[in-house]
Amino acid sequence: MITGTPKPIEEIMEMLEPYDNIVLAGCHGCVTVCRVGGEKEVQVLASTLRLAREAAGRTINIREVSLERQCDPEYVEQMRPYVTDYQAVLSIACGAGIQFLAEKFTTTPLLPGINTGFLGVTERQGEWSERCQGCGDCVLHLTGGICPVTRCAKSLFHGPCGGSVQGICEVDKETKCGWQLIIDRLVALNQMENYGKLKPYKGWNSSRDGGPRRIIREDMI
Amino acid sequence: MLPCTGRIDESLLLKAFENGADGVMVIGCLEGDCHYISGNIRARARVERVYAILERIKIGPNRIRMYNLSAGEGSKFAAFANEFVNQIREVGPSPINLVRGATKTEAVTAKETT
Repeated sequence: MITGTPKPIEEIMEMLEPYDNIVLAGCHGCVTVCRVGGEKEVQVLASTLRLAREAAGRTINIREVSLERQCDPEYVEQMRPYVTDYQAVLSIACGAGIQFLAEKFTTTPLLPGINTGFLGVTERQGEWSERCQGCGDCVLHLTGGICPVTRCAKSLFHGPCGGSVQGICEVDKETKCGWQLIIDRLVALNQMENYGKLKPYKGWNSSRDGGPRRIIREDMI
Repeated sequence: MLPCTGRIDESLLLKAFENGADGVMVIGCLEGDCHYISGNIRARARVERVYAILERIKIGPNRIRMYNLSAGEGSKFAAFANEFVNQIREVGPSPINLVRGATKTEAVTAKETT
């Protein structure tokens, strides 16, 4: 899922300073699962903002909505009938959702209520960690299902660097060396021959290096 | 009045403050005695989160508190309720109520002068 963290309330209050009548839009997708931008978070943030504003002597009207997904046009369009009745939209979806709303509603300012994080997994309630950087050229079949691009701090492709000590990355003591994990896993799977199958170099043209990416599936159009 | 703290979430607690509460007392079953296993433990975490929110937006602190009681502890309930009421009297009206009170007074004054 796409993860995120709430922006500090002070930062949101500052963004909302020019506005008294807004939409607060959540999303039922990833941000609901990581408990940063779903229906419940909309309710809590709306109450928090109303209380904070009123305590400061100025009220704010907030329309609370939660779309199925802010990254799909059919759901975004559900806001069109009323969005121009409001001065701004505060979205607590991921950066993709917020930008999609901004593209669709060109005359209404869009404000981000969260900081979008990474593509990750839930370790336990309240803890998420990164697993994928969307490089566009997956090699997980050769690396025991552990991504060298994401799990190695340097995104190395041919084994650990000198900063790997007893399975721990030099970046910080909480981070396991991605390559140690890969080797251990390949050994356990009896697949060490895969280590030698890795490409001599990785082409990054399918990653972010080529600018904003698009996927066009002719079979689906 | 909400009969089970397992049903409580942060938005309900914040709504109470929006509706003019100066303080909110949450009383759950004794820890380990929850019919739904961990409802009251979760409620405690939610109360703590709301406590932090109220502190951050300068409404709190000390306006929300969780107690644990069994249904048979009537006198303890009364003692906790008195303790909490005294605590709220000490911290005074919520800033929301102060603002609303001032607005009302202004409105009355304006009406009287016209």
